[in-house]
Amino acid sequence: MQHLTTIKAGGSEKDYWKDLWLNRQLLWILSKRDISVRYKQTLLGLAWSVLRPLMTMSIMVFVFSLVAKLEGDPGIPYPLMVLSGLTIWTFFSNTFTQISNSILINSNLVSKVYFPRLLMPLSSVAVGFVDFVITFVIFLIFTVVSGYGLSWNIIFLPAFVILTFIISLGFGLFFAVLNVRFRDIGQLIPFIVQVGFYVCPIAYTSRLVEGQWFENIYKLNPIVGIIDGFRWCLLGDKAYFDPQSLYSTTLISLVILILSVLYFRKKENTFVDHI
Amino acid sequence: MPVIVAENISKKYIIDHQRKSGGPSSFRDIVSDTVDKVFSRKNKKDDFAEKEEFWALKDVNFSIDQGDRIGIVGHNGAGKSTLLKILSRITEPSTGQIKIEGRIASLLEVGTGFHPELTGRENIFLNGAILGMAKSEIKQSFDAIVDFAGVEKFLDTPVKRYSSGMYVRLGFAIAAHLNPEILIVDEVLAVGDTEFQKKCLGKMRDVSESGRTLLFVSHNLTAIQALCNKSFYFEKGRLIDQGETTHIVTNYLSKVSHKMLEKHWDDIDHAPGNDQVRIKSFKLVPEFQDNLSHIDVRTPLDFQFQFWNLEEGANINLSMHLYTFTGECIFNVGTQSEAFGKGLVTGTCSIPGNFLNDGSYVVSMMIVKDTSTILYNMEEALIFDIEDYRENVTWYGKWPGYIRPQLNFSISQTEHLVND
Repeated sequence: MQHLTTIKAGGSEKDYWKDLWLNRQLLWILSKRDISVRYKQTLLGLAWSVLRPLMTMSIMVFVFSLVAKLEGDPGIPYPLMVLSGLTIWTFFSNTFTQISNSILINSNLVSKVYFPRLLMPLSSVAVGFVDFVITFVIFLIFTVVSGYGLSWNIIFLPAFVILTFIISLGFGLFFAVLNVRFRDIGQLIPFIVQVGFYVCPIAYTSRLVEGQWFENIYKLNPIVGIIDGFRWCLLGDKAYFDPQSLYSTTLISLVILILSVLYFRKKENTFVDHI
Repeated sequence: MPVIVAENISKKYIIDHQRKSGGPSSFRDIVSDTVDKVFSRKNKKDDFAEKEEFWALKDVNFSIDQGDRIGIVGHNGAGKSTLLKILSRITEPSTGQIKIEGRIASLLEVGTGFHPELTGRENIFLNGAILGMAKSEIKQSFDAIVDFAGVEKFLDTPVKRYSSGMYVRLGFAIAAHLNPEILIVDEVLAVGDTEFQKKCLGKMRDVSESGRTLLFVSHNLTAIQALCNKSFYFEKGRLIDQGETTHIVTNYLSKVSHKMLEKHWDDIDHAPGNDQVRIKSFKLVPEFQDNLSHIDVRTPLDFQFQFWNLEEGANINLSMHLYTFTGECIFNVGTQSEAFGKGLVTGTCSIPGNFLNDGSYVVSMMIVKDTSTILYNMEEALIFDIEDYRENVTWYGKWPGYIRPQLNFSISQTEHLVND
């Protein structure tokens, strides 16, 4: 069959998702590029992905557990609680940051060749995912060595990873568009990530929030539910998790994703004019 | 059968005069602008005046048949690149629509998306995929690409260690193995050495001979004439003429070649100068031959310069500089110094045909007193273009050099090998 393209003002909506599918090889190749570039020029290479979460965990154990005497969920060692929260949070913050910068980083492509621009944020997830897998393996080793058994809840783990992916794409796409238009957004992103770190239950458990006046507002944050759920998958029923929150988490994540994709689609044809 | 049909294509840009630099706006700008607006109570009309519409393309209609090789000519800013960007789907038109039948590949740059940290091998796959080749296609032509680029030894070296020549060769080799039904090529020939340009043109001739459709933007009219059967002529965003290449190129040349060939002032009081000299006129008179209406490399050029001398008995000589458009001086010639009475003085200078290369040139004229004091210097006095002309040559790249003199250069057989 002949390949027919129509170019018109306002974009060719109906072919977009088809184009995206036709370009799936490019998605793969761009992902591979990001991964191999990431590890090519570093002295320690993969070791960084191992060292970073371990060092962050040590600091947090020192500050929150030894100095501030903060306690985790009863029956769960504090370091394990921190490391599990950190694992999924790092996945979120890395992918979110990379998606937000994906268009600017690929600006040389934006001005010289066409493909559905969604490929850029999508491919930028790869590096974050590889890091996540590494951190996750460290967590597993750590858990087994420390003598704390893994829970069977782990079979639900993929659901929470997918949710994390959805929410980081939801937030990331929005910021990716803004980042092209206003360059100051790039400086705002690390700050947002830092705030998020304290707003989300990483160094502490959501149990502490239960019954407080701000509990409902707190739980509107979809990442709270994801971190709680992720922990529950790995550390079992002793970890605090409110299964009811799963509904709102999923719903909010999907709504944010859909709005972001629509916004991205609306703006993607103007990227080239601002780069 | 038409493979590309464009109807009423326009592209509008908004030029914001408020912004001082053309760079990316920041959130801060918006905040400060808003604050300004609130406090200065500017009325809306003023705001409007600061934003100006600019039509990079306006109501462009055309249809291209399968196998057509279209050359696109026009000045810088005529809309050629915008058209290519719209056809390559990098930017979308403000109005109108284009229907394209067949796989389209556009080559706006050599080595798009090359990553300096990746090896040559990795970049071949990356760049190929970016240009729209399937992995199987790249694998199939991998050896041919490597061979064409001549980088076998450096396949596993990061391209950041490549020389710029190798980089460009590899980039073009990949593009050359694209197999689209429609190929769009921007001025990529302007980069790289002569050898590379030759390769590019050769490859493009292959494309055009294999019955595929080609769109080609270039300032190199010789290349366009050699490769393209039809041409589009753009001016200020409009497609003002289309048709057979020879016709379009002649039309284009007759319009470009009158840039600033004459300047004159009839009123001595308002003429440029000072109380010692006043300029009357400066003009370039080409000696057209064979009914030509534009200057090409064969055309002899006469310069006539007239000025009023206002000081009795001044010792005056003229000095003329010829520069390339980019500012390199090609030569400087001067007259003998002579004493002149008050009144009109005329200087003439002739540049023979078959001396200057094709290109754009700038002339400046200096009036000098006592061979040392500059009385008046008329900078960028005249600007003119010389077009290319070649006979019995099958090579179409840009002719190198500032000048292209016809020297006595001949070859002949001086000895025969005798077979016995």
